[in-house]
Amino acid sequence: MSKYRNLLIGSALVAMAASPVLAEKLGLGRPALPEEIAAWNLDVSPDGTGLPVGSGSVEDGEAIFSENCAICHGEFAEGVDNWPKLAGGEGTLADKDPLKTVGSYWPYLSTTFDYVRRSMPFGNAQTLSDDDVYAITAYILYSNYLVEDDFVLSNENFLDVEMPNANGFIVDDRDTSEAHFWTEPCMENCKSGDVTITMRARVLDVTPQEEGAEEEAAAEEAPAETAAPAEEAKAEEPVMEETAALDPELVKDGEKVFKKCKACHQVGEGAKNKTGPVLNGIVGHPAGAIEGFKYSKGMQDFAESGGVWNEENLAAFLTKPKDFIKKTKMGFAGLKKESDIAAVTEYLKSVSQ
Amino acid sequence: MTVRFTGKKPSRRAFLKGTLASTAGVMAGAGAANAAGPDPLITEKQDWAMGTGDGVDATPYGLPIRFEDDVIRRNVEWLTADTISSINFSPIHALDGTITPQGCAFERHHSGAIELRKEDFRLMINGLVDTPLVFTYEDLERFPRVNKTFFLECAANTGMEWAGAQLNGAQFTHGMIHNMEYSGVSLRTLLEEAGVKPEGKWVYVEGADASSNGRSIPIEKALDDCMIAFKANGEALRKEHGYPARLVVPGWEGNMWVKWIRRIEIKEIAVESREETSKYTDTLADGTARKWTWVMDAKSVVTSPSPQSPIKHGHGPLVITGLAWSGRGAITRVDVSKDGGKTWETARLANPGQPMALTRFYLDTEWNGEEMLLQSRAMDETGYVQPTKNMLREVRGENSVYHNNCIQTWWVKADGEAENVEVS
Repeated sequence: MSKYRNLLIGSALVAMAASPVLAEKLGLGRPALPEEIAAWNLDVSPDGTGLPVGSGSVEDGEAIFSENCAICHGEFAEGVDNWPKLAGGEGTLADKDPLKTVGSYWPYLSTTFDYVRRSMPFGNAQTLSDDDVYAITAYILYSNYLVEDDFVLSNENFLDVEMPNANGFIVDDRDTSEAHFWTEPCMENCKSGDVTITMRARVLDVTPQEEGAEEEAAAEEAPAETAAPAEEAKAEEPVMEETAALDPELVKDGEKVFKKCKACHQVGEGAKNKTGPVLNGIVGHPAGAIEGFKYSKGMQDFAESGGVWNEENLAAFLTKPKDFIKKTKMGFAGLKKESDIAAVTEYLKSVSQ
Repeated sequence: MTVRFTGKKPSRRAFLKGTLASTAGVMAGAGAANAAGPDPLITEKQDWAMGTGDGVDATPYGLPIRFEDDVIRRNVEWLTADTISSINFSPIHALDGTITPQGCAFERHHSGAIELRKEDFRLMINGLVDTPLVFTYEDLERFPRVNKTFFLECAANTGMEWAGAQLNGAQFTHGMIHNMEYSGVSLRTLLEEAGVKPEGKWVYVEGADASSNGRSIPIEKALDDCMIAFKANGEALRKEHGYPARLVVPGWEGNMWVKWIRRIEIKEIAVESREETSKYTDTLADGTARKWTWVMDAKSVVTSPSPQSPIKHGHGPLVITGLAWSGRGAITRVDVSKDGGKTWETARLANPGQPMALTRFYLDTEWNGEEMLLQSRAMDETGYVQPTKNMLREVRGENSVYHNNCIQTWWVKADGEAENVEVS
């Protein structure tokens, strides 16, 4: 592979020569303040650098995980739907369908701490305390049978935890293990005998259908019916008048606020229950009653007591979900501004059909 | 979040629009046939030749004409749990040339595309430097600027095809790629401004979004050809591609091209973040996994004819075209086979290959309704030859997920339709 390496070095030299020559610094930017570095410099490395002082137990982790993580990752870190499974899969890496989890695959525990602290929970990142992150990490270890139920993880014992797949990785070796790909290509008689088809994508048939293809085909078949939609639109007009009472500016603001909710909730035509229930028509709707959604015990109790999502209840829930409904599955911390709550409520009314 | 590559249970048969349209046209015969009678498009006066069209400000920022509204990014819903952490695909089957328009260039988000104003943008350089620095967007614009064209390919491009032919269309098999001309500042310039200490061996980069998407890059690469880009194809980056500024890591997997970049930390060791351990590592047949497989191997695909772009004209002249690229340098040659890899002929490169950028190739040929098992095979300046899927499987097994650069086969049938297949 010396040929390839020389070429790489060669192109690197060319690239450097082509970039602007800098005789000295330009004096642009300003020194970063220690507080600023502390706020952003959160990464944790395999050797433990970057770990904050703190600790968390498996026991606490179970409760915190249940509240903040289980909705996607499952109560036992086993994963829900297509969301990542964090536990299990030991001994499956050489199988046809390996299950790669923190326990079966991740080589360093620091990665779990680093990622949970910086990026989780999904849609509400950077809201957990360092101790909470230690506790969640401890619980994930416990879910993988790597520690006992009385285990407490801290910055002191962090490096003592052995990760089962720590030695399961090799550094990219393509230029040796695949050296035979650097070759003189064959141009004629490259395969002996007939070339046959061994597998077809059509048979598997998992390709998404092109949007609009179906409707267009239908329109071509029945051109006489094209007048019908216009009449349907007329019939819908009274509904339009009802929603016209909404404040369009507030709806617009609310749509922006709703971005925070979109990770889990769908609205509009074709909306489906995801991590959270569909919210079409939710304002004024009985609580805990969206078809096909599995609610928490707390929400079920609220529903049974005749709870309705009137504006008052909705505002209280959105301010601090877990204060309003203990043990709600909703992992969202709440909206701080009253104006945001008013706006998102107005938006939810606008999608109420 | 998690991207699945093992397929799902078969749904109802999906016909692509192009496929439906194709069946009628092919029977027409050779293109040079005499007209049956005078063409009314010529002999009759047309509305557009008599009246007037739109005024200049009809669309202050124009979109493609409505007849092209099917040339769009598409998502494969079953791949991910949620579109917020997901991927879609560039419509490469319908594009030509090499530059990907931003509006249809694929997107990959780990916690959604965020809206970050230039005024709110801050870029910090910290760690093993003489002076930790903070730059505003305005500061970036005052550094000497560079312009370079590079492809960005997601390491998972073609990842769904490891275990067999799965998705029926070049957009879905090879569309996690785009190619843009970037304007920005070389990363080396910024690092020199802060002054990298000799013990600094790695550069850790992260974005401002909730995922942060942190990645570790060896200092040699960071000082070589990486860029902080703020313009693509002449205009501001789109939100979905990291507005107002992203990292460009030429030839290396797309996940490293951190969007909404906010911090660059010089370190002695790699962070081994989620995106470089649990993801973007390639599991081999025996269960061990390769890590730090950054460079994208040489690869090519025929974009037309292909399942979404069947042959609609009759027999006679046919343009076979496609794209080739390599993370190790320039494409030097592309060969095309019509018989599943038994015999090959060398295609014409539209322009000489540029390092780590897409290269367009053409094979101007003749087609008379014979079935073809169409393949393309790229070679780069290091002498690397794009391997077959079986050659890759022999070394890597079927569970690598990432870095599938195998030769693709389209089965072109007598009626001009094409299908994604595997061959012996």
